[in-house]
Amino acid sequence: MTPAAPEGTFHAFMERARRTGTLVVQPRMGFGTAAQMRAGLIATKDAGPGTVGTVTLDSFTRVGDFASAGRALRAGDELNGYPIVTLGPQVTRDMLDGVRDADFPVQVRHGSASPGPIFAALMAAGLDATEGGPISYCLPYSRTPVNRSVHAWREVAQRFASLAETGTVPHLESFGGCMLGQLCPPSLLIAISVLEGMFFAQQGITSVSLSYAQQTHAGQDEEAVRALHDIAADLLPSVSWHVVIYAYMGRYPATRTGALSLLSASARLARRSGAARLIVKTASEASQIPSIAENVTALRVAARAGRASGPSLGAPPSTGIEAEARSIIGRVLDLHADLGRALTSAFALGYLDVPYCLHPDNAGRTRSYIADDGRLQWAATGALPITGTGGRPKAGGLTSAELLHALSYVRDRYDTGAFAHQ
Amino acid sequence: MSPHCIAEKRPKPYAVLSSTPSDSHTWNLLFVQMLMEENGWSVTNLGACVPVAMLMDESLRRVPDMIVLSTVNGHGAQEARQVIAALRAQPSLARVPVALGGKLCVSEDRERAVVDELVAAGFDAVLVGDTAVPVFRSLLTRAAAMPGRHAGRRA
Repeated sequence: MTPAAPEGTFHAFMERARRTGTLVVQPRMGFGTAAQMRAGLIATKDAGPGTVGTVTLDSFTRVGDFASAGRALRAGDELNGYPIVTLGPQVTRDMLDGVRDADFPVQVRHGSASPGPIFAALMAAGLDATEGGPISYCLPYSRTPVNRSVHAWREVAQRFASLAETGTVPHLESFGGCMLGQLCPPSLLIAISVLEGMFFAQQGITSVSLSYAQQTHAGQDEEAVRALHDIAADLLPSVSWHVVIYAYMGRYPATRTGALSLLSASARLARRSGAARLIVKTASEASQIPSIAENVTALRVAARAGRASGPSLGAPPSTGIEAEARSIIGRVLDLHADLGRALTSAFALGYLDVPYCLHPDNAGRTRSYIADDGRLQWAATGALPITGTGGRPKAGGLTSAELLHALSYVRDRYDTGAFAHQ
Repeated sequence: MSPHCIAEKRPKPYAVLSSTPSDSHTWNLLFVQMLMEENGWSVTNLGACVPVAMLMDESLRRVPDMIVLSTVNGHGAQEARQVIAALRAQPSLARVPVALGGKLCVSEDRERAVVDELVAAGFDAVLVGDTAVPVFRSLLTRAAAMPGRHAGRRA
């Protein structure tokens, strides 16, 4: 058996892109059949150079309900992603044949806290790049206890790392910078992303990426992504890493102009802050799962906005994001030499506590709000090892109307054109 | 009965709020919980990815005045059929009002067709699109005012 061609790896492609300073753009695409998935990947490839393919899995597969995925396939019901386990490795190999190559790597995205069968399926299909993490794929996406997720992710990361024996460098991205998609203050996003990257490195993974999802304020986001780079440089000295930006993941603008303008702002954020890769969103994101054509448009718009922008000359003034992130990371690292155990304890102690997260293992004592200047701030820091930036001016909890307002803040701004020049 | 008795304060109406088994989205659940609490309801929010058995157990432990399913991942129409079949097959839950809302299909054009199917399958309300929240509010008011609530429901 021939091992996966080393020149076809995600890792090598990203290394080249980083050297040439190209912003790599990538969709969040997933379709329920091999034919649609192949067509989506070909369209993504044709939108390049500088694009990476995505195979996003369906949510039955994510929760390990392979029976329902199979039933939907037989009944012709539309799945919200690619059922990689149910279709089997040969179907996936054929689907990728002639599409995935040295200039067009493919990453699998799934969202599972119990990813054993998914890793087995993607490795059997010859794939070498995926994403997730014991925290970022557990808290927002499942009711799996954190310690079980840590155990499962430790096992798959070690198994994935063993691909190195075949000459391939496996790549694993932390989804930690995207917790709940919105309303998680930047310092905690950075901390979780870096901690998961360190967790992967501890399992033997040598190529990782750290994520950060665009939030509510361009200046705050730039400060955060610069902090993420500085902290990663200190704490991940022995692995290859890059930063990946996610175009806004909360309620998306309903207008085409607003949606594409928000996407362009995310590309400028990536360029200004030195990130290497951008995960795009489409103009129809607010209403449904986007078509292939919409994804291609999004890739082109993002790539163009990225090319038109360059790195910032000076850093924005610090508001203390880096110090907060370092404080959280330091406290977690002090808990145990084994990062998996440290992460589990950190949630039990509330040193990591994600605002508005309903997972049973999340302490639920932190809250955030969007300040008048548009920055995301802490309203309550619970047991997080930070001092916070002062309480929310209004006492008492959020109302449903206020929550909806916060969730819709970016959408409303972009739909009315208020952010057009950002 | 004296007017005094009629005015007597009744306990808060109680609801179980849940996602579907494969749906990980929670902002919708948090919003619906707050909305219900502001309208005088007491809510058990089961969170993301709730297996059917867990929803059944929770609803049998304390029979609610309403069961609310909120889902936005596009698998809702498929999974809601299994949920409603299980709930209606259970004698003590067969008459509890069950509302479903969110984004139920992968594409919007299919959604209209499935609403009628899901009502026929046993849902008391299927709420999609811009009218979902106002219709849900009036549903809450009606359900809370129901005499005997779930006990005398759907005679």
